[in-house]
Amino acid sequence: MGSLLRSRLFWGSLAGLALAAAFPLVGGPYTIGVLIPAFYFAVFAMSWDLLFGFAGEVNFGPTFLIGLGAYGAGIVDARYGLGVPLSVAFGTALAVAGGVALALPALRLSGPYFGLVTLVAVLLLQQMVTVFADVSGGEIGLSLPDVLSIDDATNYYFALGFMALSGAALFALSRSPAGLILQACGQDPVEAQALGFNVAKHKLAAFVVSAFFSGLAGALLVFYYGTASPGTFIDIAVGVQIIIAAVLGGRRTIVGAVLGAVFLVVAGEVLRPLGQMSTFAVSAVALAVILLAPAGFLGTLLFRRGAA
Amino acid sequence: MLGLQILIDGFAVSALYGLGAVGFTLIFGVSGVLNLSHGAIMVTAATVAWALAERAGAYGGALGGLASAFLLSFVTYFAVVRPIQRSRSIPSEETEIFVLTGTLLWGIMIQVAIAYLATTSPHTVRPLISGVTVIGGVRTPTNEILTAALCWAAIGALTLLIERTRAGKALLAASVNPRGLTLLGFELERVHLLVWAIYGVLVGVAGVLLGAFLGASSDNVGTLTASAFSIVVLGGLGSVPGSLLAAYCIGYLETLTAYLVSPSLRNIPALILLVAVVWARPQGFLGRR
Repeated sequence: MGSLLRSRLFWGSLAGLALAAAFPLVGGPYTIGVLIPAFYFAVFAMSWDLLFGFAGEVNFGPTFLIGLGAYGAGIVDARYGLGVPLSVAFGTALAVAGGVALALPALRLSGPYFGLVTLVAVLLLQQMVTVFADVSGGEIGLSLPDVLSIDDATNYYFALGFMALSGAALFALSRSPAGLILQACGQDPVEAQALGFNVAKHKLAAFVVSAFFSGLAGALLVFYYGTASPGTFIDIAVGVQIIIAAVLGGRRTIVGAVLGAVFLVVAGEVLRPLGQMSTFAVSAVALAVILLAPAGFLGTLLFRRGAA
Repeated sequence: MLGLQILIDGFAVSALYGLGAVGFTLIFGVSGVLNLSHGAIMVTAATVAWALAERAGAYGGALGGLASAFLLSFVTYFAVVRPIQRSRSIPSEETEIFVLTGTLLWGIMIQVAIAYLATTSPHTVRPLISGVTVIGGVRTPTNEILTAALCWAAIGALTLLIERTRAGKALLAASVNPRGLTLLGFELERVHLLVWAIYGVLVGVAGVLLGAFLGASSDNVGTLTASAFSIVVLGGLGSVPGSLLAAYCIGYLETLTAYLVSPSLRNIPALILLVAVVWARPQGFLGRR
């Protein structure tokens, strides 16, 4: 039954990917431009779900990791002209290092305390960007000499491919023995420890993996935009969107986060005529999903079908 | 001179922080809810007070702001918090995170609604008292003194309520051992209603005073929630005296930085202090483990 469920999810994801791959044939450049950031956003949400759904830690600061990746890559490219691949590697490494530096003290804490420390990390990073404005571009933003590609189709397939690979890696990890141990650590740390698993080590590893994918996606997104600004990469509001996307899509499913992210971005775009009230509508929908179907889109779908 | 100025300004700001955080910590202590729509409710009170003051005068506006926060806190409880707590499809160990996410979304909805109805520009509520008082050579707006006095009056009233009345003692008992309280024949539901009512009043007073003292805009919602959250964690989750102590630490630290270093850096030392304390002593100043 488990494998049936898994295979249905697998075929569903494959069909979704095929649909997404065929989309540029019908969609105009504008809709493609909307979907590209949505794919990177989906990677953010999936990495967050690994921490929340499996390690059981509420990370209020996904944008700390993303911001480190984005600004790390952006700054070395703008200042030293390292070029795209090296800069992305640097940004990702910085995000992983920052993730370890944050997780080592923070994982000693639990629940709201962990959440608060991660929140503070975001606020500090945002302040740093403003204080060191001559290096980081401050509130105005940092513009980069290089971009990934100027061709929409290339950018689209690159983002889609990146999302698919990251999703596959994260999903495989979550279903691997290590992922199961991680889930046990998240749900009942005392019992997991009693069974002889090193809870701290597994959670730290989860944090590192999450930081790796967040940082990498952040660094790539910076080269898609060609600019970095606190409002797009670090602001708490961005982190909130990521959390909403993951919970909306279905926590503990990894793949669901993609649905949530694409839904959020597309809904924001469709509701744009409402102006400010579009955020209101999107938040209201998300709240309704949490109240009525807390398992999220994918969770509800899988659970209902699986039970029947 | 500058020292006295810092002392006075810091005192008023800290009193305001303290009042804002006390409601937040009370809710957590009694019902285990971290209400992330806190800042949004505060700004609602300030905005309603500002809008009503045009027609109803400063006092009418302040009362209106208070009433709006009171109502909104009940709406938060009945429409968001209670359905999540009672939901059967949310496992009990995940209730906390769902309450966090739910109140966060609710806060965003309120914030956007305020921005839509009253724009994002900061509104300053008309002060209850105008004029300037000179304290030891420092010109201080009388409203600033009134703000500090009212904050302490509200905190004093809360202390009396908790320590001297039967209902207040039930609140205290609920924060220590809710199960024991139900065994003694108290309806926990009513205790929760009471704590949300008290919360509504506290946050309303804090919001109106904040609006009159510093001005409030819907853009401040996140910062307000974050600062209440940090103060409460610094002081120890659920501890009212701890929150007051923490509010004074953070308030003075920010005022000192703003006066002596640069106003744009005012948040940084407080954030670093917070990380250091949480790391070395996760239960905060006066928290129970």
